[in-house]
Amino acid sequence: MTDMAWIDAALTSARPQAMAALLRYFRNLDTAEEAFQEACLRALQRWPQNGPPRDPAAWLILVGRNFALDETRHLSKQVPLPPDELISDLDDTETELAERLDSSHYRDDVLRLLFICCHPDVPATQQIALALRVVSGLSVKEIARAFLVSESAMEQRITRAKRRIASANVPFETPGAVERAERLGAVAAMIYLLFNEGYSASGGTDHIRVPLCEEAIRLARLLLRLFQGEPEILGLTALLLLQHARAAARVDAEGGIVLLDNQDRGLWNRELIAEGLALVDKALRHRRPGPYQVQAAIAAVHAHAARPEDTDWSEIEQLYAVLEALQPSPVVTLNRAVAVSKVKGPSVALAMIEPLAQPLAGYFHFFGVQGALLTQLGRAEEARVAFHQAIALANTAAEAAHIRMHLDRLMKDSETNSSAEAVSPRSSTRT
Amino acid sequence: MLYTILCYNSEAMVTAWSKQKDDQVMAEHAVGERRLAKQGKLGPVARLMPTTTATTLRDGHDAVVIDGPFAETKEQLLGFYVVDCASLEEAIEAARGWTVEGGALEIRPILYFNPGGELK
Repeated sequence: MTDMAWIDAALTSARPQAMAALLRYFRNLDTAEEAFQEACLRALQRWPQNGPPRDPAAWLILVGRNFALDETRHLSKQVPLPPDELISDLDDTETELAERLDSSHYRDDVLRLLFICCHPDVPATQQIALALRVVSGLSVKEIARAFLVSESAMEQRITRAKRRIASANVPFETPGAVERAERLGAVAAMIYLLFNEGYSASGGTDHIRVPLCEEAIRLARLLLRLFQGEPEILGLTALLLLQHARAAARVDAEGGIVLLDNQDRGLWNRELIAEGLALVDKALRHRRPGPYQVQAAIAAVHAHAARPEDTDWSEIEQLYAVLEALQPSPVVTLNRAVAVSKVKGPSVALAMIEPLAQPLAGYFHFFGVQGALLTQLGRAEEARVAFHQAIALANTAAEAAHIRMHLDRLMKDSETNSSAEAVSPRSSTRT
Repeated sequence: MLYTILCYNSEAMVTAWSKQKDDQVMAEHAVGERRLAKQGKLGPVARLMPTTTATTLRDGHDAVVIDGPFAETKEQLLGFYVVDCASLEEAIEAARGWTVEGGALEIRPILYFNPGGELK
């Protein structure tokens, strides 16, 4: 009955709550991690014999806490707890104790745990690594592989991040409303960053790193379960689900990039799309728009189109205009230009992106879009220059290969002297 | 006699399942569905979306709309409807038509639906 797969899933799903509670008791990440690890080891010994506890998180919190208290020799100062051999048989004691210990704090505990990982004193790449280690429980080896660095380098990165956090003194009192909102914003940004790291890998050969995307979705869902009525958290979760739903269609058998227009929409994950759309629906009812909701709404427009030509580009263009107003950035303008090119044609779009040349001088997608627009206008020579600049800035082998495909096509077109119209507009920066 | 069979599990656990495990569970359910369908004993089957997609209407006609599932323990599940609506807004309107004095109506999108066959 208590098979290993069950135990594995139980330990994984209980981890954030258990780690968060242990962190509150011990106010030290390393102690909390050790306590949790010890509790997991004991679970692996006890659960197959005694059967699964009714509340795995509560069991792990109590056993972990007992262990760490023993370790720190502070037992005498604490409320006595039942010896942990008894705990898994005493469902009621366990649940009651766990509730007394936790129910009032659970939400802020988990938020604090997540927030500690994305403390502003810690650089973004370290934030993600730390969250994957501490909250998701990925091994250093797994994280190192995901970031394409050596295990020892990743170990160092995580240790350094922990040291920074220890000296940052994150308060352990229940946060006020303003502070809670700030924490929520920081955590959402970290989850978004984690997802993007997987969605559009910033290096290496793989264009998508699915485990990072899946982990980001798990964290977003966790956050949403805690803050059910926050429209931006609804929006964030919806956005990640809708983007990830296209994963299987975004890369071909050779690992090459397939842009939105050319994707086999039959490969899109309909279940993730349905869940994402349901969350967008919920978020919009609040009439408190924010950047994640708008991006999710854009992804939803794509998801609604059965064929590329069914896409409501003017709706997308309007949504990008809203996003531009909420969160002005040259990248958002670039994306809006892509939508504009579909509605009003390439020359209007080209004029729009001209002022972006300076701020996006180092941005791969800028030159990809510029090249595609120039190609559509039949300005092959200028398009070639743009594509070459894109290749120089490509983040992954797949990105470079994709641009080379455009160049090959340009070449072929000039050989056969065919018109520019023969090249279809494949210029979306969103894939 | 018509019966409903309601499925309960920990959502945190189920979302921690690997895709493989989830597929396996769904395949096992599908076997049971086919067996009962053959005997003319299968009505509608649904797998609901996670509770994060739920919206709850509390207390009848002037219902307050709350994000999230119905989480109280002092009330019991008494019945359900399956409705086909274009949006959450429309589903909320549909639910407003029913009185739930002191109770609640939870609106939850359906992930997988098998209308089942004619019951013998």
